[in-house]
Amino acid sequence: MRITCPHCGTRGVEEFTYTQDAERTRPRDGGAVPTKEWTDYVYLRDNLKGPRREYWYHGAGCHAWLVVERDVSTHEILSVTLP
Amino acid sequence: MTGYRLAQGGLVDRDQTVNFRFDGKHYAGLAGDTLASALLANGVKLFGRSFKYHRPRGVFTCGSEEPNALVELRVGAHREPNTRATMAEIFDGLEAASQNRGFSLKYDPLSVNNLLAPFLSAGFYYKTFMWPAGFWEKLYEPIIRRAAGLGRNAGVPDPDVYEKTTEFCDVLVVGGGADGVAAARQAAAQGSRVILCDENAPLAALELPENISLFTRTTVFGVYDGGTYGALERLTDHLPSSNAPRQRLIHIIAQRSVLATGATERPIAFGHNDLPGVMLSSAVDDYITRYGVTPGRNVLLYINNDDAAGLIPTLSDAGVNIAGVVDARPQGSDAVHAAARAASAPVYAGAAIIRAFGALGVKGAKIHLAKGGELTIPCDIIATSGGFNPNLALTSHFDGNPVWDASIAAFVPGKVPPGMSVVGKAAGQGINVNIVPCFHSGYFPGKSFLDQQNDVTVKDVKLAEREGFASVEHVKRYTTLGMATDQGKTANVNAIGVLAETLGRGIGETGTTRYRPPYVPVAIGAFAGAHTGKHFRPARLTPTHGWAEKQGAVFVETGPWLRAQYYPKPGEDWLAAAQREVNAVRNGVGICDVTTLGKIDIQGPDAAKFVECVYTNSWTNLAVGRVRYGLMLREDGMAMDDGTTARLGETHFVMTTTTANAGRVMQQLEFCAQVLWPELDVSLISVTDQWGQIAVAGPRSTAVLAKIVDAPFDLSDEAFPYMACGELSVCGGVPARLFRISFSGERAYELAVPARYAHALAEKLMEAGAEYDIAPYGTEALGIMRIEKGHAAGPELNGQTTAHDLGLHKLLSKKKDFIGRAMAARPALMDPRRPTLVGLRPVNPADIIRAGSHLLPIEAEAIAANDQGHVTSAARSPSLGSIALALLENGPARHGETIRVYDPLRGGDCQAIVTAPVHYDPEGSRLHA
Repeated sequence: MRITCPHCGTRGVEEFTYTQDAERTRPRDGGAVPTKEWTDYVYLRDNLKGPRREYWYHGAGCHAWLVVERDVSTHEILSVTLP
Repeated sequence: MTGYRLAQGGLVDRDQTVNFRFDGKHYAGLAGDTLASALLANGVKLFGRSFKYHRPRGVFTCGSEEPNALVELRVGAHREPNTRATMAEIFDGLEAASQNRGFSLKYDPLSVNNLLAPFLSAGFYYKTFMWPAGFWEKLYEPIIRRAAGLGRNAGVPDPDVYEKTTEFCDVLVVGGGADGVAAARQAAAQGSRVILCDENAPLAALELPENISLFTRTTVFGVYDGGTYGALERLTDHLPSSNAPRQRLIHIIAQRSVLATGATERPIAFGHNDLPGVMLSSAVDDYITRYGVTPGRNVLLYINNDDAAGLIPTLSDAGVNIAGVVDARPQGSDAVHAAARAASAPVYAGAAIIRAFGALGVKGAKIHLAKGGELTIPCDIIATSGGFNPNLALTSHFDGNPVWDASIAAFVPGKVPPGMSVVGKAAGQGINVNIVPCFHSGYFPGKSFLDQQNDVTVKDVKLAEREGFASVEHVKRYTTLGMATDQGKTANVNAIGVLAETLGRGIGETGTTRYRPPYVPVAIGAFAGAHTGKHFRPARLTPTHGWAEKQGAVFVETGPWLRAQYYPKPGEDWLAAAQREVNAVRNGVGICDVTTLGKIDIQGPDAAKFVECVYTNSWTNLAVGRVRYGLMLREDGMAMDDGTTARLGETHFVMTTTTANAGRVMQQLEFCAQVLWPELDVSLISVTDQWGQIAVAGPRSTAVLAKIVDAPFDLSDEAFPYMACGELSVCGGVPARLFRISFSGERAYELAVPARYAHALAEKLMEAGAEYDIAPYGTEALGIMRIEKGHAAGPELNGQTTAHDLGLHKLLSKKKDFIGRAMAARPALMDPRRPTLVGLRPVNPADIIRAGSHLLPIEAEAIAANDQGHVTSAARSPSLGSIALALLENGPARHGETIRVYDPLRGGDCQAIVTAPVHYDPEGSRLHA
């Protein structure tokens, strides 16, 4: 697999690490209470077929966190953007 | 003609003789021969015994699709089993051996399996060895494994060298035949960078333009995402053993690819069609034209298409007798009749071969004539052609199903991988002229083989269907057809034909199994490349590694690093050395390389705010020139890492992490900076390798440092108290950072210098501390002292502990957001009954507490239900004896209680007193001693 890093260009997948689902966002302003919103953010993930947004980390390159839109049933990479 | 080598023809070098051995016997071949062609030239027909029935087998093909002629090459540790003799090039001194045989290839006692065949039919594993259950592992499996098998593993680590490379191109052309070369030239003419791969050895020199890179002996075995192709180049398999890399795994990155892999012939099955001497007709042709070898002297053809008619003139030109042409088509064809007439060979149109005769090789065939009646024809080779199958395996690596094209009776590529085009025979062009499909003759009641490598017969496929396995995928798994190392390259389509016929369906409806990578077997060593043993990953060495070696240090792997574990003096074991080192620190002074702790430089106007986001405690109020201990959580509220962070300037922090988590913390910080709080103006960089850092610990540490610190830096407690930090120079101008922090609990410092000075610094410190008997200490002494001081480390920060569990809840700020804050507040995580950090001391000082032991109430039975926690870290303190840290239910409320420490694995069972985690100097007075 090849990922086109906005900083480094197209590089082999071995330079990147998949980290987590990018469909969820951290509750703004945090808060001290473990609300349902928090539980959803930390634990709940949809496992859907088709295009998904994922965080990938370019650890062996520029250390950028990337939002990679990937079709999880074909591995086709549809877009790579900075968060 | 001498032997079976023709007087002329072929691309072998007739001036260069090559001597080799097969099963211990000497043979001579020619340069350019494969093991198969050289043995055929010597009249050898028997190459091995079959997998299940131990039937004699010979060469069936002339290429990588070979199912039968599998041999062991080389000897000793270099021995490799299951090599296709059709692909192995000979060289002087080659040692080859047949495999899966009894004491000799000709007399194999296990061929009795052939008579047991009724018990070894399709699904025999599932049916036969069911009962009693215990017999499978102890009795049946070892016997079956011994009897049914291929070659022998060398049994020792592979001494061969492999390597991995990456190549880039615009166009990858797979297959170096006429179509492939033409495609490569065309792409090159348009200015593309082209890689042309061919799996065979180069037989004729090819003049190619500069922008075509030719890789011979290179098989493209897989297609992967994003235009990545896997290829295996056989570098020195055709040469005597040496230290040069044997094979090279190549990642080819290509914008586009052209598949020009041609087509592989398929046979027509008939009775005893696995006898040595039954071959594909194209293989007979190739041995004559490429190697100048005729596999036999009297050839009977069994064909159903015009492509195979080309063999007729080849044979007659080579002076090989044609016993006859059995043409399965009712009328034959004009092309076959014309060719046969020219060669004066009889044609039996509409006939079929019932069976072959012979014991260890073909002696004749019985045929069924079109008008009825049978005829026996003597021959020593039966060349069979049931048509050609496009080599389309690579097209289905991306979920593409081959499609049946009835007009040429062949599967052709369906959906192909992105960027791939298929040309020539691989696309089904120009093959199977005038074909009438025929997959087996159908007249013989006994064994007619489909998959010769896995010994699967026509009957097995029919049996599978009768037992309800009608899907092609089920038939494959039930009969094991196509599951051998050749992936059924000469078997699958025939089997689908037989299945379709049995089901009364079309072949298109019956469908095909999907081809998966690798297209040919690839040695695991090639995937590993150079990354074996110690080279699996690079060892990171501390900047004082060489110095520590000179001090006689014993090293230990900690994460990716090698660290000094202890520095034994003559006669000392690890414990004596570590305890002496602890005493040196506690009573005088010691030094320890702590470079491996992760160091992250954090700068920017929002640096303080940023550090507050990632640590649980407050940081904006830390003064410049001061250090603070910080705790970091994961977002789920569990402790992730800890360490000290220094504020070197208003907008400049240096964070330290544990050795093990350095990479993870860096990743987390970058996530925070780039994704969660992008509005914060802050920059991060890892400086772990840039700064060599040495701890100087013990009551004499200030005196030692005073000798190397450059004036006017003031080390007095007033100017540089506990938890101070500063930038300075040492040893006459070397830039340095000094932190007055302590892991040991003694008055201590950590001194950082640019890594290239660390070795010299260690020497200077030893020199400066000589009068105080300064001693270097390793990770063992470090561990003893941190357990004495009750500091949490890796065993306690195990991913399941909270700040409360570690007694660090006071560090959870109530005034600001930080990673993990909300989820750490879940009521169950603050339950006092959770296992919480305590200290343990054995009641009987002679007892030793071991890490991993379980904690139970005194009188309780040792069962899981009574388990109250476990020992996380244990040490043998020189001053206190056996001490430990543990996670114990409701721990803080139980100080003073006696509990049972139970270690069933190592036979430990003793009683211990629960204490506070800090065993040594609980008041912390030593920090200022």
